Amino acid sequence: MDLNIIWFILIVIILTGYAILDGFDFGVGILHLFHKSDSDKRISINSIGPLWDGNEVWLVVGGGALFAAFPEVYATVFSGFYNAFILLLMMLLFRGVAIEFRSKRENPKWRKSWDICFSAGSLGAALIFGIALGNLARGIPLDEKKNVLSGFTDLLNPYSVLVGLTAVSLLTLHGAIFLIMKTEGEMRENISGIVKKLIYIFISLYAITTISTFIYQPHLLEVFFKYIWLGIIPVMTLLLVLNIPREIHFGRELNAFLSSSGTIALLISLVAVGIFPNLVISDPVPQNSLNIYNSASSKNTLTTMLIIACIGAPLVVSYTIAVYWIFRGKVKIDKNSY
Amino acid sequence: MNEVVIFLSRLQFALTNIFHYFYPPFSIGLGLFLVISEGIYLKTKNLLWLQVSRFWTKIFALTFTIGVATGIPMEFQFGTNWADYSRFVGDVFGSALAAEGIFAFFLESGFLAILLFGSGRVSPKFHFFSTIMVCLGAHFSAVWIVIANSWMQTPAGFEIVMGPNGMRAEITDFWTMVFNPSSMIRLIHTLMGCWLAGSFFVLSVSAWYLLKKKHIAFASASMKVSLIIAVVISLAQLVLSGDKSAKIVHEYQPVKFAAMEGHWKSGPAGLTILGYIDESNKKTTGITIPAITSILIGLDPAYPITGLDSIPVNERPPLQLTFQSYHIMIAIGVTLIFLSLLGCFLWWKGKLFNSRYVLWMFVFSVFLPVIANTAGWVTAEVGRQPWIVYGLMKTAEGVSPTLSSGQLYFSNILFFILYLMLFIVFIYVLNNKIMHGPESAETIDTEASLVKLPQKIRDVLDSKRKD
Repeated sequence: MDLNIIWFILIVIILTGYAILDGFDFGVGILHLFHKSDSDKRISINSIGPLWDGNEVWLVVGGGALFAAFPEVYATVFSGFYNAFILLLMMLLFRGVAIEFRSKRENPKWRKSWDICFSAGSLGAALIFGIALGNLARGIPLDEKKNVLSGFTDLLNPYSVLVGLTAVSLLTLHGAIFLIMKTEGEMRENISGIVKKLIYIFISLYAITTISTFIYQPHLLEVFFKYIWLGIIPVMTLLLVLNIPREIHFGRELNAFLSSSGTIALLISLVAVGIFPNLVISDPVPQNSLNIYNSASSKNTLTTMLIIACIGAPLVVSYTIAVYWIFRGKVKIDKNSY
Repeated sequence: MNEVVIFLSRLQFALTNIFHYFYPPFSIGLGLFLVISEGIYLKTKNLLWLQVSRFWTKIFALTFTIGVATGIPMEFQFGTNWADYSRFVGDVFGSALAAEGIFAFFLESGFLAILLFGSGRVSPKFHFFSTIMVCLGAHFSAVWIVIANSWMQTPAGFEIVMGPNGMRAEITDFWTMVFNPSSMIRLIHTLMGCWLAGSFFVLSVSAWYLLKKKHIAFASASMKVSLIIAVVISLAQLVLSGDKSAKIVHEYQPVKFAAMEGHWKSGPAGLTILGYIDESNKKTTGITIPAITSILIGLDPAYPITGLDSIPVNERPPLQLTFQSYHIMIAIGVTLIFLSLLGCFLWWKGKLFNSRYVLWMFVFSVFLPVIANTAGWVTAEVGRQPWIVYGLMKTAEGVSPTLSSGQLYFSNILFFILYLMLFIVFIYVLNNKIMHGPESAETIDTEASLVKLPQKIRDVLDSKRKD
């Protein structure tokens, strides 16, 4: 195992951590408009209130790590998907503004407007992440200088949009389970009802995505035919999803949440295994692809960065666990809440 | 390359960075202030100082949150708008940026949670330790980003090699890169600017309370500490770090230095206090004291300084902007010294807390370090032009080759609106907190956390504590 492979794995881990943590933020946001009363909406916002800022730290660290380890990918992806990425940043910031602004005035119209911003921002961000993942899996046209040749509308191809919708359904489900952990009584019952529907929606979309991948994106599956044991990943994914209603039924909310977290991690690793050793697949000229060798920094830098990561990672993990420990349990509204 | 794309990318970088840089200097400056005031509390056990540190912790948390939110687009802007620059310097620049994220950001946000939610749950000593960590975290973020920027001013510890997709800079020696010729003095200069921003922020709010006859004991205590920081740092900033910074610029970036001083003919240089650059007549008009710049740099009135006339026009930075922003920074630096000395003098005379004119000057003085910090960065960044990495890569070569001007109009407008909204949030919440004022020193609960946790969580934690 060389440094480039280690860094590929590390980046996948950071992005997975980000997807799991900010993923339930998005899910809570998407479901936000489904809550009827103002107090339910306040519970929903307060469930992520102290956490969302810290969750986005993972995105910042992921961006920095990508810049340092694979600068070519950082440059190509963010300049090539310019409009999509600017929109994504807007949505992330808008969500933050909405969370802070909503509680400042009692006026129902004021609150309604920020509710819509919060929800739309969350939905948009989840969709863009999903579509981006779809495009990375499918491949994008790169020229020999590794610049992206396609425009914004090319990103909205059917396969990538399908992956985007699958991601939205999974993150909504993930957020709903998080809300079940954080609420009680009637609100909890309502969300449990939604969870069942979301599971059906996600499994159907997952099935359609899998079939489309077999038909349209066979390059992603080559490695799975070569190493049959990798087939355990999609099987595990399905088992974990089916485990969710069972855990909720027995009242083991944390297990349900861990199951949806595991589902997200497995789906991302499915794509990662499929594209490895490439990071950005060039389609239709495969020799222009960016892989973990032709896009990486020097050995020297990768080594330095690995030392930095080894010192930093324990700090990051202990911080995250500490904050979640302090804020465990059900949300109650008091005068200091949002 | 499309000129409009280059211009709009530069504009976007300037706008978003100027907006972002309102907040981090306050965090860094307040971080230092918090360590001092909580340290005094631990030493004296006087609840007044607990009141002081708790109020300013809340303000710190606000500047930190908005700083994070406005900072996220910075992290990705090198990729979106400056792709060829990122390809060229990623090996060097990326590691500094990643180190910032891992060390500074997590340290700061992790221990901030303890500051906000931890009182009564951790011992006072551990709480103080957390305050120090938060302060360090805020300072570390400046460390890494200033190192990265200094490398762009005075590159060192690298070689240009053929990478997989073209020429690029690769690190040969990490520590030489970190301690490049300008990084340490620029770091000190930047941090002192932040400490000044923090202390004048405290000074301004305290002066306002004194004028309104509210929270008198709290405001006097805050004012004394911030005045001491202000007088020491404003003097050190000009005499020590400012002087040394100028010498480094003169040594490594003579073109920038000539533009800053508005010096046209190579040879002995005077010091222009106030003036403007007349580019068409190749001279600087204004009040100039002969030979002073030469004496300051070379300790010799005849010490020769490179002039602008020896530099081809296309190698010069925008002259007027570099010259004026540099002079604004210096003028404010001198004003800050004057203000803080005046404050100390009145304090010594026992008249400080009822000199209404001076207190009103302090209320508005918070804008001065903010403007000076911005002007300083404008001098550093505009003065480096036409280079993005000094002597290695031109700014025009660094821009993303795939962008169109339409995309940039779109993103510039969106960023402007959004950053303005965040600025409004900041002012709105800040105003609320200032109006609300500190907790009363008589009823302050040393055991209660600063931000209340939901009731049920408090119950659980309290039952744990009793066990």
